[in-house]
Amino acid sequence: MDLSSINPVLLIASIMLSATPILLAAIGEMVVEKSGVLNLGVEGMMITGAVVGFAIAVNTGSPGLGFVAAAMASAVLSLSFGILTQVLLANQVATGLGLTLVGLGLSALIGTPYVGLKSPSVPKVEIPLLSDIPVLGPMLFSHDLMVYFSLFLVAAVWAVLKFTRIGLILRAVGESHDAAHALGYKVVRVRMAAIFFGGACAGLGGAYLGLARVLQWTEGMTAGAGWIALAIVVFASWRPWRVLIGAYLFGGVSVLQLNLQAADVAVPVALLSMSPYLITILVLIIISARGAHGAPASLGRIFHASG
Amino acid sequence: MDDILLELNGLTKAYPGVIANDDVSVSIRRGEIHALLGENGAGKSTLVKMIYGLVKPDAGGMRLAGNTFAPQDPRSARDAGVAMVFQHFSLFNALTVAENIALGMENPPKPRDLAARILDVSQSYGLPLNPDRTVGTLSAGERQRVEIIRCLLQDPRLLIMDEPTSVLTPQEVDILFTTLRQLKSEGTSILYISHKLEEIRTLCDTATILRGGKKVGTCTPADTTARELAEMMVGASFAAPKGTQAKLGAAVLEVTGLSLPAMDAFGSMLHDITFSVRTGEVMGIGGVAGNGQDELLMALSGEHTSKPGSVLLSGEDLSAKGPQYRRAQGLLSGPEERLGHAAVPDMSLIENAALTGAYRKQIVQAGFLNWHRARRFAEDIIQAFDVRTPGPGVAARALSGGNLQKFVVGREILMEPKVLIINQPTWGVDAAAAASIRQALLDLAARGAAIVVISQDLDELIEISDTFAALTAGRLSDVQKMQGLDLDQIGLMLGGAHDLDAAHA
Repeated sequence: MDLSSINPVLLIASIMLSATPILLAAIGEMVVEKSGVLNLGVEGMMITGAVVGFAIAVNTGSPGLGFVAAAMASAVLSLSFGILTQVLLANQVATGLGLTLVGLGLSALIGTPYVGLKSPSVPKVEIPLLSDIPVLGPMLFSHDLMVYFSLFLVAAVWAVLKFTRIGLILRAVGESHDAAHALGYKVVRVRMAAIFFGGACAGLGGAYLGLARVLQWTEGMTAGAGWIALAIVVFASWRPWRVLIGAYLFGGVSVLQLNLQAADVAVPVALLSMSPYLITILVLIIISARGAHGAPASLGRIFHASG
Repeated sequence: MDDILLELNGLTKAYPGVIANDDVSVSIRRGEIHALLGENGAGKSTLVKMIYGLVKPDAGGMRLAGNTFAPQDPRSARDAGVAMVFQHFSLFNALTVAENIALGMENPPKPRDLAARILDVSQSYGLPLNPDRTVGTLSAGERQRVEIIRCLLQDPRLLIMDEPTSVLTPQEVDILFTTLRQLKSEGTSILYISHKLEEIRTLCDTATILRGGKKVGTCTPADTTARELAEMMVGASFAAPKGTQAKLGAAVLEVTGLSLPAMDAFGSMLHDITFSVRTGEVMGIGGVAGNGQDELLMALSGEHTSKPGSVLLSGEDLSAKGPQYRRAQGLLSGPEERLGHAAVPDMSLIENAALTGAYRKQIVQAGFLNWHRARRFAEDIIQAFDVRTPGPGVAARALSGGNLQKFVVGREILMEPKVLIINQPTWGVDAAAAASIRQALLDLAARGAAIVVISQDLDELIEISDTFAALTAGRLSDVQKMQGLDLDQIGLMLGGAHDLDAAHA
């Protein structure tokens, strides 16, 4: 066992790297669920984003275009979920599971020509002055743009939900669609917008996996990240900052356990491998055990405007 | 015609299979309280929804203050000065009072200014309210204040109130009426929907009566007797339920020190509830829903067990037994929520009859269902309680609220219980059907059953109960004889006066 081989600076930096895809997907799904819709297709949207982002980035040589294309592709895919559940009133659980299956199959099909290729890498943005701080600089302030963007997104979602009228309407629709409808708010339109946003976020998360973490395309590369994002939303009690804690915790333990495995710690590898899932869920359960859970009251219920 | 605020001309609205409004014309003057009176299904809600822009008329038109008025949605109706206080579905439990009010406004001011305006309006109309409270923690009367203040902040010219008093205590009704009269004196018109005749007679200047979607008359309620109003409303005379003086026997249901924790975030817990009911007795439990009514029903029906010795039926301790055993012993119950609690919405009436009648009606034998018996039981209920349905194979969801209520109440009554606990037996049921349900309950008591009626409708409890107690904040008041109690005393009991000392201690 050689713990000294773990470099804390690199460790923290790679934690931020590995948490970002899940954070992006989870914050998007949180917005969807706040509007009262349960979209279980996060995994499918992520992997679609991953393959589309990778393909566009390889073909154009621009990771930035890859991210934009990934967000659009997953958002459009999520609209199929939106039309089925909001317009045709299909069951949200079954439709969401279907979306995951479609996404996995579709991505395998699109991705076949790209197996074995390497993506252009995402440039790092060294924040002036801050990145020059010893230790903290390389740890926190010299990442690629998407890491900062994901943190900005959490703050933005928090502020919009708490302080703006749009956020209030979104929460109201998720809390009681009948009441919101009676007050004249367009329940279906609000939900469609939320689903679209959630799809775009999941697509960005997926693309980040292919373009910044793994740098290549493998079939099924999301490996359950979408499901973890869903679990984090629930255990974070639908609060943006707790989603951040959950995602970083999961990312952190994933990276740490890899480092521990490399350092030959005397703990069975199987235990270490399952530790990110166990610890994240345990910690979030403990956080959410106190006080109200705050699930949106209309979550997963079908809205049908009558009269 | 300067003093006419809103004029409805020949409004017609048809839904598949039913004409909800047929050529209805009404004029509402400025500064008048105008009653809209009618049974359930008479077309009151549809008419109001057209005024509020939720539904578009098929034919006919409206004029507001002389101008053509055809709101596309509630927003444009609000812009034109029409505000509405809903009976259901318009508050968000998890949001605060201020957030709820902001959602109902077109251009809400900044949160701090809004809170100040809420306090301002609530004080000038005598409706105390804290803008930062979460709505889910408020009482029914306080929730209604949220709705009213939400409307008043927009300086409406016309305020529509849909059955505003159905959930209020008598004292809260007085406060509401004072507020409404103050609004009227300021020139606001009020369209007041109700089927409570006495309050319309004391409050309203004019009444329009609807029946079967048509306007059947306009009158000045103060000059018309309640009986005349009721006959216009129903189209025929009907008899008030009559109790045959049953002999009160021995105590059959004894509840002692029953306590239960709250079931959800906004429910209330039961504290140390003690009462007993004798054979042939109807006990009324009054109080606004959300004060432990659902919890009390569940503790008695067996959905929730309680500590040993707290629920005794004819001396047998049932407190640890589940609903099936209690039903088999003759302790039956009918919960308030018709769809989803008393009946399974997507199952047929036959299946729903089998669900609770399984053992008392021998529908289940040796683990097998006897569908023939189930169908006969369902048909018996439909016939005995005049349930309007094409047949017993129809899904419970397809029945109107009143018909389904007759079915679920009838189902329990026909099983000849020893004790029947029933929550809101006539909620949302029209007057004639309510009268027949009450009569059936009284007849059941006359045959020697003990009945506990939990209801928000005080008139109903006064009409049928022998004894009365109030359930507030999970505590039950002392049980009083109904004879000799007046409305003021009942109001004090409902206000929780019995435990004022405990609250201060």
